[in-house]
Amino acid sequence: MSNSLNTRGLVVLFCLLLSLFALVPTLLRGDVPSWWPETFGPIQLGLDLQGGMHLVLGVDVDKAVESRVDTIIDQTDIRLKEQDIIYKRIERRQGDRLVVQVYDEDEGRQVEALMMSEFPALEPATMTGAGGYIEKHFRLSDDEIENIKDYAVRQALETMRNRVDQFGVSEPTLQRQTGNRILIQLPGVADPDRAISLLGKTARLEFKMVDETANIQDAVAGRVPEGSQLLYERSTNRATGVETEIPVVVSNQTVLTGDLLADANVRIDSRFNEPYVSIDFNAVGARRFDQITAANVGRRMAIVLDDTVYSAPVIRERISGGSAQISGSFTSQQATDLAIVLRAGSLPAPVEILENRTVGPSLGQDSIDSGIKSIWVGALLVLMVIIVYYQLSGLIAISALVMNLFFIAAMLSMFGATLTLPGLAGIVLTVGMAVDANVLIFERVREELALGRAPKLAIESGYSKAFSTIIDANLTTLLAALVLFQFGTGPVRGFAVTLSIGIIASLFTAIFVSRFIFDFFLKSRNVKRLSI
Amino acid sequence: MQLIKPDINIDFIGKRKLALIISLVLILAGFASLVRHGGPHYGIDFAGGTLVQVQFQSQTNATEINTALASVDLGVPIVQRFGEDTNEFLIRVERSTGELQGISMQITETLEQSYGAGQVDVRRVEMVGPQVGKDLRNKGMWAIFYAMLGILAYISWRFEFRFAVGAIIALVHDVVITLGMFSLFGKEIDLPIIAAFLAIIGYSLNDTIIVYDRIRENLGKHNKESFTFILNRSINETLSRTIITSGTTLLVVLSLFVLGGGVIHNFAFAMLVGVLVGTYSSIFVASPLLLLWQKKVAKAA
Repeated sequence: MSNSLNTRGLVVLFCLLLSLFALVPTLLRGDVPSWWPETFGPIQLGLDLQGGMHLVLGVDVDKAVESRVDTIIDQTDIRLKEQDIIYKRIERRQGDRLVVQVYDEDEGRQVEALMMSEFPALEPATMTGAGGYIEKHFRLSDDEIENIKDYAVRQALETMRNRVDQFGVSEPTLQRQTGNRILIQLPGVADPDRAISLLGKTARLEFKMVDETANIQDAVAGRVPEGSQLLYERSTNRATGVETEIPVVVSNQTVLTGDLLADANVRIDSRFNEPYVSIDFNAVGARRFDQITAANVGRRMAIVLDDTVYSAPVIRERISGGSAQISGSFTSQQATDLAIVLRAGSLPAPVEILENRTVGPSLGQDSIDSGIKSIWVGALLVLMVIIVYYQLSGLIAISALVMNLFFIAAMLSMFGATLTLPGLAGIVLTVGMAVDANVLIFERVREELALGRAPKLAIESGYSKAFSTIIDANLTTLLAALVLFQFGTGPVRGFAVTLSIGIIASLFTAIFVSRFIFDFFLKSRNVKRLSI
Repeated sequence: MQLIKPDINIDFIGKRKLALIISLVLILAGFASLVRHGGPHYGIDFAGGTLVQVQFQSQTNATEINTALASVDLGVPIVQRFGEDTNEFLIRVERSTGELQGISMQITETLEQSYGAGQVDVRRVEMVGPQVGKDLRNKGMWAIFYAMLGILAYISWRFEFRFAVGAIIALVHDVVITLGMFSLFGKEIDLPIIAAFLAIIGYSLNDTIIVYDRIRENLGKHNKESFTFILNRSINETLSRTIITSGTTLLVVLSLFVLGGGVIHNFAFAMLVGVLVGTYSSIFVASPLLLLWQKKVAKAA
């Protein structure tokens, strides 16, 4: 008996020391050698407690498929011209369908042969005669569409990770979720609006030639010439702050894209003291830029970002250095952010915000304060009731309860779990329920004492009789908590984590630790009357 | 100290008709309120929408905020004071938007125009799109469903099937009443409330199992006595524990309710109702159900 008492004492001591060891980084924050927090990190606070941003973005993958079809159209256009195949037009229909209109069967066959050899991902679909023409329909195979969608989400995740890295947020979380969703968590972010625009901007940079022949008035009225499109150049008057929109008609064809960028930086224009973004092309981009500027001296080239024209300067001379500048009426922060998104690359498809939860740091602190206050008050009240009701035995229950809280905190640190507001509520609930196990035992012991058993015997049978009740009651709750963890999201999960940890800790303290304390005190003494 | 004398003998089972009436009244009142409001009052987590929590430097009130926001097309914003004596408000809009320049930004900018820059501190923004809201709702429902299924299996294994059925009916009873109370008091159901419902399930179950455990034990000990006697005896024997545990849990939940701060307030309200109803149901609902089952089986045999 005494042997087993020693062993049990060692187990309790070991658990206490291990917990203390795990909690040092949380309690001392930074004043410890760096290997320590690397082994047992300080308890992580959820975004609701420390402030920060929780975003779920949806990638518009259908757009990625459409833009893939558009690329194929551009390439087809070039190939058909190279091979002198005469066709009337190529266009995209219903998102993923590519249609080539030709004049006769023979050309139709040529087109089909070319498409099949050039683009294995395409499947020929139905062929219809429309107004004397022959239409060859092609569509992307289902596998290919799946691939494009999957790639778009992966690419978007990668790009956003780059942007967040450059934005400078400590410990960001970026995760791909089911469907086309991306979860982003940015703890302690100071300017949420800026973060959103930085992350969500598609940043598709395109260079297009301005269609000088088009009539602007007609275009604004809705009569845009075929092969061209109407965009707007937005500018802000620095003196008055008035925003103006100037319509510009540009060719549909993109001569150069931001994919060929090597770098982007903010510079200050010394004449107007205005920031602009200087971009450098990579080797391929520089060569193409050189060719384009050489061929179009005297014409205007529009620099288009996400379908907004930033500027449309006239090409004065051939530019062979491979660098250009994007000016607009930027503030220096806008220019910095633009440089960041250009460097990090464009998103393969637009994104939309599906969920946004932002908690300011001051609110988070308030929540922690009131949460901790309510835990203290609740615990003190319980403490008083238990001591008044069970006296010295109550004191044992209380020390078990205190150890319980201590173990919960230590386990949170060991498992790297995140403490959230509902998590705090879970702890408070465990405080209430941890007492229950001891109450069950004490009531049993009282029953045994009433039957006239000696204290030692009463405690022994009290514990053993209450044991199965406690196990059944706690296991069912644990079961519910685990299901919560499995199927729940966000706050529900945080609650489930602390509840599960709390149940395990309270089973240990209520059954094992409190029993040890009883046995320890009853060991040598011949106690006649139990204070219970 | 003892609150309950060891030889206490209250005829709980004899009051089952009264208990049935009380339960029915509570359930029907909740149902009536739910029907009148056209279903549960979902928060933005489940309904979708935008919520902005704003703290003002200068004194203001809901009407003034509404006037300030009149220029923005927001549908009908609901403006509520957050907490008691604070100068903090919740602005809730039913609409949500996937656009990057969201509704929250419009609200902030408009308020800054009216109150002046630096006068408005946005403490919290929550925007949930309709699709995510629906997903969260489904997930929450399934979580509750699976939890119940798991419990049914566990109790059937550890006890008997009739005990499992009794426990589950008591659980549904508790959740339905709490849901009804939420509707009656005009409180919103959002994600943390689902967590609270699950905590209630856990708590009520805990309570029921402890009474059932005693019934199981006494069934072996007093096999000559009537079932009603055994039920009553088991409830009386565990009464002291029931009162102490419920009492201490209520103390904790009450401190959450009073001191826990605005965000946790509704959670604590759910727990408060749940603990009270859960304690009541393990005595007056779960145990009489076993008797009912016994009688049905006796009649069939």
